[in-house]
Amino acid sequence: MTLDLPLIWAGVIAFGIFMYVVMDGFDLGIGILYPFFRDKDERDAMMNTVAPIWDGNETWLVLGGAGLFAAFPLAYSVVLTALYLPLVIMLIALIFRGVAFEFRFKAKRTRYVWDAAFIGGSIVATFAQGVVLGAFIEGLKVENRQFVGGAFDWLAPFPLFCGAGLVAGYAMLGCAWLLMKTEGKLRHKMYKLMLPLTCVLLLFIAAVSIWTPLAHPAIAERWFTLPNLFYFIPVPTLVAVTVLGIVRAVQLKIDWQPFVLTLALIALSYTGLAISLWPNIIPPSVSIWEASAPASSQAFALVGVVFMVPIILIYTAYSYWVFRGKVVVGEGYH
Amino acid sequence: MFGLDALELARIQFAFTVSFHIVFPAISIGLASYLAVLEGLWLKTDKEVYYDLYRFWLQIFAVTFGMGVVSGVVMSYQFGTNWSQLSTAAGSIMGPLLTYEVLTAFFLEAGFLGIMLFGLNKVGRGLHFFATLMVAIGTLISTFWILSSNSWMHTPQGFSLVDGVFTPDSWWDIVFNPSFPYRLAHMAVAAFLSTAFVVGGTAAWHLLKGKRDPATRMMFSMALWMALIVAPIQALIGDFHGLNTLKYQPAKVAAMEGHWETEKGVPLLLFGIPDMQEETTHYAIGIPRLASLILTHDLDGEIKGLKEWAPQDRPNALIVFWSFRVMVGLGLLMILCGVLGLWLRRGGKVYEAKGFQRLMLLMGPSGIIALLAGWVTTEVGRQPWVIYGLLRTSDAVSNHSATQMGVSLTIFVVVYFAVFGVGITYLLRMMRKGPVLGLLTAQIAEQGGPGHSRTPARPLSAAAESVDGEVDVEQEKRP
Repeated sequence: MTLDLPLIWAGVIAFGIFMYVVMDGFDLGIGILYPFFRDKDERDAMMNTVAPIWDGNETWLVLGGAGLFAAFPLAYSVVLTALYLPLVIMLIALIFRGVAFEFRFKAKRTRYVWDAAFIGGSIVATFAQGVVLGAFIEGLKVENRQFVGGAFDWLAPFPLFCGAGLVAGYAMLGCAWLLMKTEGKLRHKMYKLMLPLTCVLLLFIAAVSIWTPLAHPAIAERWFTLPNLFYFIPVPTLVAVTVLGIVRAVQLKIDWQPFVLTLALIALSYTGLAISLWPNIIPPSVSIWEASAPASSQAFALVGVVFMVPIILIYTAYSYWVFRGKVVVGEGYH
Repeated sequence: MFGLDALELARIQFAFTVSFHIVFPAISIGLASYLAVLEGLWLKTDKEVYYDLYRFWLQIFAVTFGMGVVSGVVMSYQFGTNWSQLSTAAGSIMGPLLTYEVLTAFFLEAGFLGIMLFGLNKVGRGLHFFATLMVAIGTLISTFWILSSNSWMHTPQGFSLVDGVFTPDSWWDIVFNPSFPYRLAHMAVAAFLSTAFVVGGTAAWHLLKGKRDPATRMMFSMALWMALIVAPIQALIGDFHGLNTLKYQPAKVAAMEGHWETEKGVPLLLFGIPDMQEETTHYAIGIPRLASLILTHDLDGEIKGLKEWAPQDRPNALIVFWSFRVMVGLGLLMILCGVLGLWLRRGGKVYEAKGFQRLMLLMGPSGIIALLAGWVTTEVGRQPWVIYGLLRTSDAVSNHSATQMGVSLTIFVVVYFAVFGVGITYLLRMMRKGPVLGLLTAQIAEQGGPGHSRTPARPLSAAAESVDGEVDVEQEKRP
């Protein structure tokens, strides 16, 4: 039996990016929600829920980049070159919010500067990621193994709309995380925010779901021909069930459920996206097999993935477990 | 921008971002190991001075590490954004090495960093020490992979070129390429030495301010032992590294030495101004035959001059000549510091000798400067090649416009100076504040939570004053 290495690697990278969206999604979301909370102690508590873990979360982004570099160097070079400006903006934004974690607790008089850096960095990084995603779905102009489009191809309505949608998605993830990790008044406020955020995200999901097939005939064909249509019908149904679950959990105040259900919602959207783009790694035309690194590269790196990822998941889970439980506003003493 | 083309701007951008970046991981590598030693000594001896020092350097480590992470994410994307042709050709080799770095090092560091910074009261001393060790080991594993990748570009082997793509044949040969062991040892030791001088400089500042507490004396003493033992070892490793370079990249050595003609019994130039146009080194002052002796271990050894290579294949000798001398000069000063320290120790005057303390204060950034100068030497010295002898830097770049590169470079310069400038200011203020004594005794009374500005778990919060100079009132009111 021969392994289809490009296929496995596509799965690894999809997994890495999903882990990133899930994990950094909620801590970016906290920055997006910061403007709704003016009180210093509340902001401290919100940041404290992720202070010990955000760095590990962001490492998944680096894994996505390095994995793409290793397994699909052509995709890495073409996609990153094509989306140069949004990526640079994202990196700069991540610098601001990353240092805010350290600087904010060190500063007193200038704390507002780092609050602003945290808010701005989180929103801009998320928006840029959405733009990257949208531009990626729209497709990149490739000739002769090089990007030949313009520097501002990404500056189009659909990518910008995706940027706004991702901001809504991460905000909802952040809110669900916080109502699980906080207590008292802060938790109460999160519950109030949760349903409006759910509505906003649903609108974005609906809009992208209509817009994508309308603007991209190839994706429309994939969605609406038999037997594919038959497989896709459950997706909207599951989305509806998940949303009802969130509404119910918010009404009954079951703290952990909205977070898990929001993750499910993100996972469903993500799957829909993956199905639409398959098997291209540079839409609309370069497949994972065409962009593949030599088998010796993919095999070598895959050994590392197979051995290390389970270990990483174990100690990441351990770290989350050490910092389990609620963070208390105002004092931080347990 | 300023008449520079896209290639030059891309090179400046890489040089700028990587130079800023490398300082933080270098100090993180050194401090992580130092923290592991301090915590180990604390657990073994139960002496509070080790714990106080651990807490002090932990907060500096946290900020340094944070800046290293965010500036490092930029690096991992820059290969693709700015050097797409390099990525397409050599991603098959560099990509897996970087993937291993992420999998075996970055996650390990990030996974245990939270526990290291905030978890002492949650996991107990033994597990906390384990977390510190994991972070320290993670930084070293990271050094291993990134230097393997870098060294492979200097001394590529273990591949075949298939349709312009570097296709791996033997990963063992790729990872353990000829220059890798030397470069790895040289860089790891440079990180330790840079950190030792940062620690020593900090201690010297407090000694000069009149502090004589056990923590300040302890860190001064530890830094001096490091300088005494490690600086000479570094000189030795550097010598071996140089010989390896002479074997694989003789043009780089010719540029480092400012030699144009292939000769026997070559002098070691102490001063000179290499001129790339006129193919000579002006105002050369040298010690006869010494370069031949150092490089070939023979007074009459032959060394190739730069004229052996066509003008378009030569590295810029003016830069390399001087960056090399800055590195070596600082290295010799470090050895001198170690020896002076030992000599003063014998007279029992090491904590009182003001002149020496001033020297150590001045030498605080010396390791970092030497490290940067060393990297300039090796990286400018490998030009015009990005993969030595096989892929030219000019053939590796993305096809961005000069405007786009100029704009992004401007953004990076402004943001790096603003953000990391503030970060470095914070670091210096924390160092100026010095270790807080008797933390453990105070901490038994109050348990801390993660990240809170007023909890003892946040090391800084134990001190009443924040880094931007305002008194934390709430802290003052605390009984």
